[in-house]
Amino acid sequence: MTNKPSTVKGSRLSTFFKRDPLIFWGGAVVSILVITALTAQWIAPYDPLLQVLNDRLLPPSLHHWMGTDQFGRDVFSRLLYGSRISLAVGFVAVSIFILIGTTVGAVAGYYGGWVDGLLMRLVDVVLCIPTFLLILMVIAFVGPSILNIMVVIGLTAWTDVARLVRGEFLSLKEREFIQAAKLIGMRDSRLIWKHMLPNAMGPVLVAATLGVGTAILLESSLSYLGLGVQPPTASWGNMLMEGKEHLTDAWWLVTFPGLAVFFTVLGYNLLGEGLRDMLDPRLKGSGRNG
Amino acid sequence: MRKFLIRRLLMMVPLLLGISILSFLIMHLAPGDPATLNAAMRSNIDPSYIEKLQVFYGLKDPLYLQYWHWLERFCTFDFGDSFRDSRPVLIVIAERIPATVYLSGLSLILLFVIAVPLGVGAAYYQNRFFDRFVSVFTFVGYSAPHYWVALMLMLLFGVNWGILPISGMADTNLDYLPWYSRGGDYLAHLILPLAVTTYGSLASVSRYARTSMLEVIRQDYIRTARAKGLSEFQVIFNHALRNALIPIVTLFGLFLPSVLGGAVIIETIFSWPGMGRLFWESIVSHNYPVVMGVGIILAFFTLLGNFLADIGYALLDPRVRYD
Repeated sequence: MTNKPSTVKGSRLSTFFKRDPLIFWGGAVVSILVITALTAQWIAPYDPLLQVLNDRLLPPSLHHWMGTDQFGRDVFSRLLYGSRISLAVGFVAVSIFILIGTTVGAVAGYYGGWVDGLLMRLVDVVLCIPTFLLILMVIAFVGPSILNIMVVIGLTAWTDVARLVRGEFLSLKEREFIQAAKLIGMRDSRLIWKHMLPNAMGPVLVAATLGVGTAILLESSLSYLGLGVQPPTASWGNMLMEGKEHLTDAWWLVTFPGLAVFFTVLGYNLLGEGLRDMLDPRLKGSGRNG
Repeated sequence: MRKFLIRRLLMMVPLLLGISILSFLIMHLAPGDPATLNAAMRSNIDPSYIEKLQVFYGLKDPLYLQYWHWLERFCTFDFGDSFRDSRPVLIVIAERIPATVYLSGLSLILLFVIAVPLGVGAAYYQNRFFDRFVSVFTFVGYSAPHYWVALMLMLLFGVNWGILPISGMADTNLDYLPWYSRGGDYLAHLILPLAVTTYGSLASVSRYARTSMLEVIRQDYIRTARAKGLSEFQVIFNHALRNALIPIVTLFGLFLPSVLGGAVIIETIFSWPGMGRLFWESIVSHNYPVVMGVGIILAFFTLLGNFLADIGYALLDPRVRYD
């Protein structure tokens, strides 16, 4: 790389911003979140678990930007550490469901016939299960833990991806370059990995980005119900759960963690929509249901 | 068409069985059965008492036998008795249905009344101010967790301004109120839960309506309608909207289970005595028969909703053919 004058770089950034404002804003929020999560131990002003009982329920001030909770812990520091949980849940859950969904969709779309029929019936069955209730049951009876949440979200959310990949594969199969590759006797596995999957990954990338947002929302709801990350470890959901007890005397306890969830999920949604528009301008603004 | 319907209806039986087996397994994977939990709440409990309770609840039998007993009784619409107060599960559930139908039913109506015009309007004014406004709104709607929105509303309206009650369906001393203020009391308790429940799905439904309308107004027959000189009102309401509504009507079917299931989180937050909260309470207290009962009823209505959505689609759109 040659050194370029910074003005060129700046103007590039601004054209990028004008062309894809969604990706720009979404990317900015997501980057900030990732950096925050990775550097929480250096940027957090206090130990997130440190209880200072003399400083209980202090409103936001210069010392405690977002106030303190019922044990005198610094809300801002807890919020920073909580971003790690959200990030981890988002990425692991999404990796699981992308892996399952892509595999099922690819196999169904490539082989067709009874394999396709069987796998698509499986998708129908999973779609019929009231997901949130199933998640509630599993977590409540198997035990609340961050790993369980990731696995359950991963195991129930793959159906959309499977349908997407299957659709892509069905249309790719008819394309000439795939036909040609088949004709020269390429192995199935190589054909799928080298030629079909890379061409089907666009929509999957969009689904993955939006999926991270959904998973973070779900994790925060479960933690809010007490089924997620267990106190004293901070997660945005369990901070809200604890804050609800002090709704009448400490507004900051329920306000800031909620805002954190909101902006994070908003970031992933903006990024996902932006990527969709970029990959397929025909669908611009047509929405995730479209 | 008839063959398709019958096949779909028959498919529901193995699906329901599968879901019930799955729920049963998940529940019994749990460490700690209700008898031990029950006993742990009291001190100095005699271990033989726990044993008696376990035998009484049938928890000592092998799992497949327990399931079989459950299934046998289920076939005669006997869901067993609640562990909590030994009343029949069906009665416990029936008591909770009115509250949920009241809240979720009203919310469903309100949802479509607001969301459809928003979406259709956004499509009509595509890329103009109204569309931008709606799309910002839907982004916010997708991203803000609605249990948090509920908390914020409670904070503002209930705590800071003190103008709305934040829990329950009615005041505890409702019976002492004069008749004319009872209606107002119910209404006041309804506003916040109704607002949050409706808000929860507003974004997705209005987005859906927008997509559906956009697809229709690009069709040739709309251009034809305009070309032959129909008024804009005629084109939009008679030709476009009626076709755009087809996929939206089927959404009603998909929302059906939520009318009965309620929103677990919203009902819990607002202490609303409905099915969602019942499900949650029974899960927490490991009340197996009630969890199974609510779970199976909700699963049934989910399947039924999907089924109705398919039928609705075929009835409204003659182009759709199942065979």
